[in-house]
Amino acid sequence: MEKKCAIRMENITKRFGSKVIANKNVNLNLYEGEILSLLGENGSGKTTLMNMLSGIYFPDEGHIYIHEKPVTISSPKDAFDLGIGMIHQHFKLVDLFTATENIILGLEGKLDLNHARQKVKDICEKYGFDIDPDMKIYDMSVSQKQTVEIVKVLYRGADILILDEPTAVLTPQETDKLFAVMRNMKADGKSLIIITHKLHEVLEVSDRVAVLRKGEYIGDVMTKDADQQSLTDMMVGHSVTLNIDRPDPVNVTPRLKVEGLTVFDDLGVKRLDNVSFTVNAGEVLGIAGIAGSGQRELLESIAGLYPISSGTVTYIDPQSGENKNLVGLDPMDIRKNGIAMSFVPEDRLGMGLVGSMGMTGNMMLRSWRKGKGVFLNRKDPESLAQHIWKELEVVTPSTSFPVRRMSGGNVQKVLVGREIAQQPSVLMTAYAVRGLDINTSYTIYNLLTEQKMKGVAVVYVGEDLDVLLELCDRIVVLCGGQVSGVVDARSTDKREVGALMTRVEGGKVDA
Amino acid sequence: MHKQSLFQISKRDALPLPKALAIRGGILLLALIFCGLITTLLTGKNPISVYGTILSGAFGTSRRIGVTARNVAILLGISLAVTPAFKMRFWNIGAEGQTLIGCLATTTCMILLGDKLSTPLLILVSLVASLLAGALWGFLPAFFKAKWNTNETLFTLMMNYIAMQLASYFIIVWEVPKGAGKIGIINQPTQAGWLPTVGNEYLLPILIVALMTGFMYIYLQYSKHGYEIAVVGESQRTASYAGIKVDRVIIRTMVLSGALCALMGFILTSGVDHTLTTTIVDSRGFTAVMVSWMSKFNPFIMIAASLLLVTMDRGASEVSSSLGLNHSFADILTGIILFFIIATEFFITYKVTLRKSGKKEA
Amino acid sequence: MFSFISFFPRAVMQGIPLLFGSTGEILTEKSGNLNLGIPGIMYVGGISGVIGAFFYEQSVAAAEMNAFLAVIIPILSSLLGSLLMGLLYCFLTVTLRANQNVTGLAMTTFGVGVGNFFGGSLIKLTSSEVPSIALSNTSIFFKTSLPGATTTGWFGELFLSYGFLAYVAVILALGTSYFLNHTRAGLHLRAVGESASTADAAGINVTKHKYLATCIGSMIAGLGGLYYVMDYANGVWSNNAFGDRGWLAIALVIFTIWRPNVSILASILFGGLYILNIYLPTPGGQMAIKELYKMLPYVITLIVLIVVSLRKKREDQPPASLGLSYFREER
Repeated sequence: MEKKCAIRMENITKRFGSKVIANKNVNLNLYEGEILSLLGENGSGKTTLMNMLSGIYFPDEGHIYIHEKPVTISSPKDAFDLGIGMIHQHFKLVDLFTATENIILGLEGKLDLNHARQKVKDICEKYGFDIDPDMKIYDMSVSQKQTVEIVKVLYRGADILILDEPTAVLTPQETDKLFAVMRNMKADGKSLIIITHKLHEVLEVSDRVAVLRKGEYIGDVMTKDADQQSLTDMMVGHSVTLNIDRPDPVNVTPRLKVEGLTVFDDLGVKRLDNVSFTVNAGEVLGIAGIAGSGQRELLESIAGLYPISSGTVTYIDPQSGENKNLVGLDPMDIRKNGIAMSFVPEDRLGMGLVGSMGMTGNMMLRSWRKGKGVFLNRKDPESLAQHIWKELEVVTPSTSFPVRRMSGGNVQKVLVGREIAQQPSVLMTAYAVRGLDINTSYTIYNLLTEQKMKGVAVVYVGEDLDVLLELCDRIVVLCGGQVSGVVDARSTDKREVGALMTRVEGGKVDA
Repeated sequence: MHKQSLFQISKRDALPLPKALAIRGGILLLALIFCGLITTLLTGKNPISVYGTILSGAFGTSRRIGVTARNVAILLGISLAVTPAFKMRFWNIGAEGQTLIGCLATTTCMILLGDKLSTPLLILVSLVASLLAGALWGFLPAFFKAKWNTNETLFTLMMNYIAMQLASYFIIVWEVPKGAGKIGIINQPTQAGWLPTVGNEYLLPILIVALMTGFMYIYLQYSKHGYEIAVVGESQRTASYAGIKVDRVIIRTMVLSGALCALMGFILTSGVDHTLTTTIVDSRGFTAVMVSWMSKFNPFIMIAASLLLVTMDRGASEVSSSLGLNHSFADILTGIILFFIIATEFFITYKVTLRKSGKKEA
Repeated sequence: MFSFISFFPRAVMQGIPLLFGSTGEILTEKSGNLNLGIPGIMYVGGISGVIGAFFYEQSVAAAEMNAFLAVIIPILSSLLGSLLMGLLYCFLTVTLRANQNVTGLAMTTFGVGVGNFFGGSLIKLTSSEVPSIALSNTSIFFKTSLPGATTTGWFGELFLSYGFLAYVAVILALGTSYFLNHTRAGLHLRAVGESASTADAAGINVTKHKYLATCIGSMIAGLGGLYYVMDYANGVWSNNAFGDRGWLAIALVIFTIWRPNVSILASILFGGLYILNIYLPTPGGQMAIKELYKMLPYVITLIVLIVVSLRKKREDQPPASLGLSYFREER
């Protein structure tokens, strides 16, 4: 290539703590005047890599060249000065300010809002953005906020733009508009990187695709030479055999029926759209999907922690066979109804546990109400804590040692141990092995399988397809808040699940 | 942002208890030495004799010991009262008003019913009235916080002054003699509605607060309510996950806090001062906030904290009266000690290290 | 009989210390710092000015007092005193990340103590019989009204009859309002108070803005204490005379929904309510009812606070990060 590089990253390595390697020896080029797609599964290190360009992280090893000059980017301001603008998934805007005020925030010189407003209008006109410079951010839709973020970096004269999953929050129409704008910017000589895992978007907008997998750079391919299949293969790689023990389910009966479930978040964005499936007793049901496809909302609305706007959730009592409605019940109501539902949430210390308390205190989260009178029963939780401490080999000096100060694996053992000890009939887990080492992960897999064989209905929300394929019996695939397919885990493969995960919103498969 | 600061600040894992105590003790010693220096600077007396005066002011005679102990009890009682709400991260700075409204309710009963009820009955009615008044003062900010997230700090602050003006109003309504602008000792001839003395005039409030200390420790540590408060304070999401009704806990806890503050008000009026003035609480509602916070909500540490502050207060007033200075000297010393203690927390929570070299990574 | 022309100037004079206090506190709160030490700072501002004036009065004969020095020395001492208090608050809450409420309350204890202690000590130094210090010579300079105050009839009475600090208060309030809404630094400051992390990401130095806003806010509030002694109280410092005006200033911040320009009229309103009891009828000679009138500012403020939280209008809410410390490196 005789084309000049806008960005050249050489042998970039970034570690978090001593164990986690987010990026390992990554070499990535962005040529001037091109749109590059950075493709990879969740946790493949895309955002971390880009954050080293935007000054949020600093690489442990390696070199960065901007327009062929070696640079050190140690703050967002350095990035601005080098003409790099990153549009993050989480917008950094002051809600109370207008678009213009946000756009000029942090710049210097005399405040001249009229001049700034005019410049914003000019930029909008040039690239085809459609925002009102005087609109307050809190009145804006997500797509308008994103536009403000993009205008903000253009206003500062950025010629390299990085967009982190910009389409995750957009409707198809808004996505089309964004792509049109991106092409305008490219025509204007800007260089762009778009982080995404939606294959059809990669094919539609970019010139070239670079793929990361598990923190490593896999390679790049010209978009015109790629198709969905080849990209999926690069992204997910070949199946790895994990040897998770998966006995065949016995006595499979329906335990939980979800029908037509639809929920909205507090901003009014639809998070789940007409979701229906059945969870069976004696089975591990996997839930696969790109992060943010509605997994969290799904589990929380079943557990009574997320408002349901329509649809039904029905629990079929294993003893009486009676159908019990769960919609409108909070966690306490659910328990009072005699439904033993356990839930291992994604946010372990922010939702599932109390960080400042020890194991015993955390055991009480499930049992504090038990027993008559005003006093807590400490004895049972204490012996349960002792049991879990020994049984799951939790590393902690005592059962009163704050769980916040334990390592991630031990925290999860405490949480999973407690939830299993409730003798649940439904056990839901969200990203149960995220951040855990191999041994602890296997401990968790075995515990879940053990529960399944006891006749518990187990729900496993996961991100690693290899694990989902080997641990689960059936897999529900979510995409954009909808169920895009339910597959038999024994007969499907990564390619099929991967394709279902990246299907377009609206229900039809591309290509 | 570009420049790296000289110091790197990171959260400590955890300090072993002895070390944390050593840091705290060391800083406290430093604070006391500093206070001594200030005193010397302002009065020209040598610090050791100043501390002698402080100690003798607080503990010099059995009467002084009695007054000091009773003041410790009152401050401790209010500190205990505000603690459940703080543990829940509800920033109630309205203890002053909640206590005062208790004083007012008691006064009302003592004046209006003084010649109608027998003293035991009158005490009971006063007690109930003050508890209800305090509960109301706690309920209002909690209700608005729970329903509409109204800022509780500002709300409780305003409630202080509403209580204050109510008290002023009734003081003038009931002033004795007319035009005096104060109530004076209520029911002095009959002692109607006065709390009986146990042993001596100091012991009863001390006993009540001692019971309260035990109660609060048990309530926070061993009761279901205490557990709910701890979880809500840590994370409302975790609380909902565990089936705790967050709104209900917020309101219930503030009602309790308000009522206990008012209980101390009841003791002040019925058992200690036998009167009502707008300054009867004497800013102890605010000091209690600091006592509770710097004791990390532990009732037993609060005993020590209250003792420290009351000793300084009583001692400093002895210093000032022996030197003819005014009593506010105590507030200055209290302020300085508080600043030191506030600053200490940082060094216990964070580790400050000198950066070896800013350029290392580049 | 009630005469508006005599009522209004008294309301203004009551209101000016509150206006200083609320302007200072609004500036401070816009940076996300809830400074409950303002009542203490106003005491310190007052007593520092008194100390400055006292030594100047002691050093020259009354007849030889230079108008400029007589004014500038108390002002500079006052500013210095409140600046130190502001720095202390910032050091504890911003640098050492201490809890703002606790720090503020401790500052108020300390500040009121400092005011009353030095007030008391100066009283002792003058070995006066009455428990107050009278700096009437200095006060004359502070109380000089605008030319025309007495010759222009009601107009002069209503608008020209105040000492210069009253006009400074109004100018500062207008200036703060302009600063917050029409300058870049004001925009940045508001961003810090709304969302420190957003401001940080935009390259705004959060710590610097918090320090500056809080320290300048403290100095403005301190002038309220100085005005009270030198002008309103005719140069007489008596302990605790300033009373709870500091808390009233904080109430005013909420009442005006964080707008210094509104505060100009609102402080006069509060000042009027404060002294209204003198003018309002006392049915059946019931003097006590006056104490209930004095409750009005607090009740009205409370109602404003509730209404604002009910209406949820975004512009009327307290700065979003009010009361929270900010530190970047927590991941």
